Amino acid sequence: MEGIITRVAGPLVVARGLKETKIFDMVKVGHLKLMGEVIEIRGENYSIQVYEETEGIGPGQPVYPSGEPLSVELGPGLIGAIFDGVQRPLDVIEARMGAYIVRGVEYPSLPRDKKWHFQPTAKKGDRVVPGDVLGVVRESPLVVQRIMVPLGIEGELTYIEEKEATLEEVIARINGRGVSQYAPTEITMLQRWPVRQARPPRQKLPPEDPLVTGQRILDTLFPVVKGGTACVPGPFGSGKTVIQQQLAKWADADIIIYVGCGERGNEMADVLLSFPELKDPKSGRPLMERTVLVANTSNMPVAAREASIFTGITIAEYYRDMGYHVALMADSTSRWAEAMREISGRLEEMPGEEGFPPYLGSRLATFYERSGSILCLGSQGRKGTLSVIGSVSPPGGDLSEPVTQATLRVVKVFWSLDDRLASQRHFPAVNWLTSYSLYQPAVDAYAGKRIAPGWKENRKETHRILQREAELEELVRLVGVEALSPEDRLIMEVARMIREDFLHQNAFHEVDTYTPLEKQYLLLEVILKFYTQAQEALKRGVELARIIDLPVREEIAKLRYIPLTQKEVFQRVIDKISEQL
Amino acid sequence: MGLLRGFAPRNDISGRVFRLPLKEYLTVKDVFGVKDIFGPLMLVEAVEGVTYGELTEVRLPTGDIRRGRVLEISDSTVLVQVFEGTLGIGTDNVRVRFLGKGQEIPVSRDMLGRVFDGEGRVADGGPPIIPEKRLNINGSPINPCARDYPNEFIQTGISTIDGLNTLVRGQKLPIFSGAGLPHARLAAQIARQARLIAAGEEKVGGGATALSGFAVVFAAMGITFEEADYFISEFRKTGAMERAVLFINLAEDPPIERLAVPRMALTAAEYLAFELDMHVLVILTDMTNYSEALREVSAARREVPGRRGYPGYLYTDLATIYERAGRLKGKKGSITQIPILTMPEDDKTHPVPDLTGYITEGQLILSRTLHNRGISPPVDILPSLSRLKDKGIGKGKTREDHADISNQLYAAYARGNSAKELAVILGEGALSPTDRLYVEFSERFDREFVQQGETENRSVEETLNIGWRLLGLLPRKELKRIRPEYLEKYYKPGTRG
Repeated sequence: MEGIITRVAGPLVVARGLKETKIFDMVKVGHLKLMGEVIEIRGENYSIQVYEETEGIGPGQPVYPSGEPLSVELGPGLIGAIFDGVQRPLDVIEARMGAYIVRGVEYPSLPRDKKWHFQPTAKKGDRVVPGDVLGVVRESPLVVQRIMVPLGIEGELTYIEEKEATLEEVIARINGRGVSQYAPTEITMLQRWPVRQARPPRQKLPPEDPLVTGQRILDTLFPVVKGGTACVPGPFGSGKTVIQQQLAKWADADIIIYVGCGERGNEMADVLLSFPELKDPKSGRPLMERTVLVANTSNMPVAAREASIFTGITIAEYYRDMGYHVALMADSTSRWAEAMREISGRLEEMPGEEGFPPYLGSRLATFYERSGSILCLGSQGRKGTLSVIGSVSPPGGDLSEPVTQATLRVVKVFWSLDDRLASQRHFPAVNWLTSYSLYQPAVDAYAGKRIAPGWKENRKETHRILQREAELEELVRLVGVEALSPEDRLIMEVARMIREDFLHQNAFHEVDTYTPLEKQYLLLEVILKFYTQAQEALKRGVELARIIDLPVREEIAKLRYIPLTQKEVFQRVIDKISEQL
Repeated sequence: MGLLRGFAPRNDISGRVFRLPLKEYLTVKDVFGVKDIFGPLMLVEAVEGVTYGELTEVRLPTGDIRRGRVLEISDSTVLVQVFEGTLGIGTDNVRVRFLGKGQEIPVSRDMLGRVFDGEGRVADGGPPIIPEKRLNINGSPINPCARDYPNEFIQTGISTIDGLNTLVRGQKLPIFSGAGLPHARLAAQIARQARLIAAGEEKVGGGATALSGFAVVFAAMGITFEEADYFISEFRKTGAMERAVLFINLAEDPPIERLAVPRMALTAAEYLAFELDMHVLVILTDMTNYSEALREVSAARREVPGRRGYPGYLYTDLATIYERAGRLKGKKGSITQIPILTMPEDDKTHPVPDLTGYITEGQLILSRTLHNRGISPPVDILPSLSRLKDKGIGKGKTREDHADISNQLYAAYARGNSAKELAVILGEGALSPTDRLYVEFSERFDREFVQQGETENRSVEETLNIGWRLLGLLPRKELKRIRPEYLEKYYKPGTRG
């Protein structure tokens, strides 16, 4: 039933007469048919958040219900696409409408005319349940999409055929429990899923394997696992976006979903222009062939920003359900929370802390809890993971603000970005004293088995040296460096090596930008070797100044630029340390 | 072009602006029902068919016409924000006219060289502009797919910018200043010296032709007459005026007007950049005044305030201004923005600089300490940043060693400064010999690299060479941020001076 607008206040529109419309249903608002979502119903009055700028909308204009909640389209064609917060294809819009986003445009999220080669893996007569794979489609040279039986449908496969098909063509029929009990259910490659509802797994599993990012401070000191959650809070200019983009480039996930939520347009342009050229370290193929982008930049309508996070994670869950390792980067969750605050303010809800709605914490938790390592739905026993890394932009860099605090309650890894490090151009500017990872034991166990038995010891020793340096620095501030014992001064010197030769990493250097775990281990091993040998030399009575001036130190500093293929160089440096000491 | 919102009636009778087109006659509505007046806002009753964001005219009995904008509509009650203030408006003496369209400005090539007031009216005594188009000042968001990444180096001739916080075409790089700091001089110097240096072109320093390739759009919001006059006379002196468009709202002008000024300026800039293929440098000063005007409206509407009384949507609102910088694929022109803002109490965590920093691609921060020590321009490089630097420098753009040397200068300067702090507490004697070198480095860095004259236009080569000269103070093994091959080529151990 068509409604009539009675009130317009920015992105919030109130309408009457929408009788059969349910909460969170999509509607089309005004003569321009702007996309909106019902977020509150009070008697006759339906509050609608509109995903587009509302200029030109006024009382008396119509509202058209759609009868279904905000949903995304799932199927071949997702990979390599760029969507706005409500899954409109931005590349298509650009091609048709030009450089600016015109309001009220409507294009299908996934291309309808494109033909995909469907290769069945199930056969006629099979009994299938929801989540079972019916067949595959090669979506990009890097990704094979598995077409699964949608939720709520099970029974006997009465028809399945290998063919070139568009998204809407029938590729299989299932006889049994389904949409109708009299006719077989027709399956296409296109499915829809409401974004605010998590896609169910068969079972949640504890995460185990590390998500290797190639970033030394992250992998070695504060690792995240596949299926884990991490947050990156930091003031502006501390390198949140660079970290997120480094992760999107190098994390060893099969699929990357990058959600640019309320951030800069130029950053999205950067991702769009650089990802097709950057090569995946494993396959050598362009990174874009495993990436889906959701971009709702800061100047795009605020309500769509609120939806963008859910749009992103629903697409991520879809690939997870196929049995892939998926990583979702959300930059930045603070802008998402602010969008929520803005809408809440317009609804005249009672504000919580700093004007944020009281349900901020629970919304954040429902988002992060959609991550995890799972046993996928279906009878085939696939495992998939979904890791979520969210950045947080605390106002003034103050971590006590509500969004950071609510986030810290749910995530397991905290990469604290430090203004001071950033201003020294020490990147990644992750503070090694305040950051933490609760996945350390799992990763220690993994790396101890796969990389080197000494992994855990080296990591702990590194933490110890850095902690000791911080204490000594306090002392130096009071009494001067000359007052320290040679042993302590050696610690400070070694800590500086760890900081400058290991933790500091140049994202723009072709070799340094990605360090495999094994090389991370070797680098640290070399520095710690130097430390033990220097300690012994000190005991033998060698002067500290001589140790500090050893030529081998310059070579240690250069090791990070040596690729792992030249492993002998590392051994040579270790030999030289022994020689020179 | 999607600049014009779909619903807004276009004026297609070119040249005959004094007559409303027929379509506008049909959408215009006149009413008398003003009910409440509070602050810059008024509530008008019994109007039908008004839409959100619509432009209004308030006609006073004196014949005065004030303009306003619809902020909220409930049934037949409309909340209007009056740009020039509500002084003199009563509940029964005015007629309110709803124009059926959003706020627009006429644009044309002839805007170059002209001065406009905060309403977009000609303010230099010259003839009115004959518009080529009328554009809605709110613009439309740029599709991220249509953006081209800013990566063309702009040489400003200022070492702290070119060497360390490089500006590229299409970037938005604000200046965070404080009361009494010389931000106006810095901005004027950038406007005067900014030029594009493509690879292979001759790289000249000194008094090169002013503003080669750049048009300047200048938006003043609530600044003093003197400051505005400084910019205008500076533009006149250097001949930049004929390539400049100025929108001036002075401190004494109605504050609410300030909300429209940057939008008008950017609409003009978009027209010049993307329709007339110009490279446009937009200077917005002072964004703190803008934000205060926004706060005033928000407070009058009794909205739930965010930090320090600013509305919760300040971020989104600022973004709709700053994000209008950039380059578009397939278009020759570009918009580079230099917003200026004063940080209350030099505090960069204040909401305005804080949110600005989250939106813009870096910031240049002026330091009172440097200023008091007589260093000019007093750019504090440590908290300053240009996020787009890396794609605009290096081989073929500036010089191969640029990225590494800039990193190294930062690291060395930071270390020198912390050693200096230590020396203050414990005396020079407590420093290690290496730290003493760093202290000397950091002092000479301020004097030789940061310090430069108001008319001194250094080429990027000169800037980098000064950097190498200073790094010569430090032993080679300290220079870990620089690739060995560049050290080989450029590093010369210097003599201590």
